[in-house]
Amino acid sequence: MEHYTMNLTLKVWRQKNSASNGRFETLEVKNISSEMSFLEMFDVLNERLVNEGKDPVAFDHDCREGICGMCSMYINGRPHGPWHGTTTCQLHMRAFKDGDTIVVEPWRANAFPVIKDLMVDRTAFDRIIQAGGYISVNTGNAVDGNAIPIERYKAEKSFAAAACIGCGACVAACKNSSAMLFTAAKVSHLALLPQGDPERKTRALNMIAQMDKEGFGSCTNTGACEAVCPKEISIDYIARLNSEYVSAAFLQDEEKE
Amino acid sequence: MKWSEIFTSAIGKKLVMGLSGLFLISFLVIHVGLNACIWANDGGVMFNKAAHFMDTSVVIRIIEVVLFAGFFIHIIQGIVLEIQNRSKRKTGYQVKLGNRGSKWNSRYMGLLGTIVFMFLIIHWKQFWIPSRFTGVNPVMIDGKEMQNMFNLMKVTFSELWVVIIYVVACYSLCWHLIHGFQSAFRTIGVYNSRYLSLINKTGIGFSVIVSLAFAMMPVSMYLNWV
Repeated sequence: MEHYTMNLTLKVWRQKNSASNGRFETLEVKNISSEMSFLEMFDVLNERLVNEGKDPVAFDHDCREGICGMCSMYINGRPHGPWHGTTTCQLHMRAFKDGDTIVVEPWRANAFPVIKDLMVDRTAFDRIIQAGGYISVNTGNAVDGNAIPIERYKAEKSFAAAACIGCGACVAACKNSSAMLFTAAKVSHLALLPQGDPERKTRALNMIAQMDKEGFGSCTNTGACEAVCPKEISIDYIARLNSEYVSAAFLQDEEKE
Repeated sequence: MKWSEIFTSAIGKKLVMGLSGLFLISFLVIHVGLNACIWANDGGVMFNKAAHFMDTSVVIRIIEVVLFAGFFIHIIQGIVLEIQNRSKRKTGYQVKLGNRGSKWNSRYMGLLGTIVFMFLIIHWKQFWIPSRFTGVNPVMIDGKEMQNMFNLMKVTFSELWVVIIYVVACYSLCWHLIHGFQSAFRTIGVYNSRYLSLINKTGIGFSVIVSLAFAMMPVSMYLNWV
């Protein structure tokens, strides 16, 4: 692909802290290379802002290779920008043309309060994981990895769910700010494996209870989450989570206290 | 786990929606099947007999109460869910994801449902209340006196504006069902991809056929086909 440079107008959400009211700020960036990633374009912008003595735009980022799930920009109305199956750091500037105006917003959900500018607090996801996204493992010598037989298709399905990087794009895209795709991926990943079986019932119930406590909405199966997931996790996992939940809530014995 | 906990969780609330929705779908099958009798081309004899059976059967009276409960639960829960889900994002987006992420009808289930509900009020006033309370002109069939529901339909659907309301409502119902049918099965936990694909196709076929059949009833009356 041919290299080109571009000048862009950015409409970026600026917000001092979680307590203050935010607003959009219009910023110009010049001479951006089509080979740059979207975050590198922001680096160029921030370098200029710092040199001018202004406050740089705060945004989350870490690995910059699409596996950490930190970069959380809502670009022109789509989480992680126009490309499918990519994170913001994997979005390249060749997705844009010279003279484009790009609107960049933070994830919007009550459960993800803005910390500053484009950074949001996603620790709600951590608490959902803590509520049930674990398995019990014996101490002592490491067991043989192949000691427990697992059907190949189950391993594949589990792995596809485990690809979830917890970026929160599903919540950002969902009209109900529901965290069901995230929770479904985490529940399914463990429910499909024999190692996840002992906590299978409590996992589904506790993680959904925590999800509700964090203030996420219900799933209305619109499919927006699946469409924007950088790891292309299928909405069918939500149906699987529903099945896990129904089975745990209705079809299994109660523990007597 | 307590019942109240199950049915107030994010999934439980949707279970109520899905199960009541599936129940209402089963009602649609009976309603459309019975009304299709108007096309028997016998001046409404078969239809009036069917309506007479529904009117006089004790079993149907009991099911009617359950049906109204189903409507009530589905509508109230729908409103509650819509309000709760909307409240989860206080600050909205400047640029919307829109149709890039989902089909329009899946996002406007509340609006489509509201249109169907407003139609229902008109529909109850036009047919259910006369049949049950205020009375319908009688007709003699096989030596028995029956309510002439066929004639009531003919009179009601001689007005163009009524026909237009019915067609708009059926159009809304169709889009509501196209999403609702498959969404209900997902909510109750059907995750096998082969069945999901079958359910999706069945749902589209069901929605189009049922809605089209309902819409054609006032149209064929207005155009004097029956």
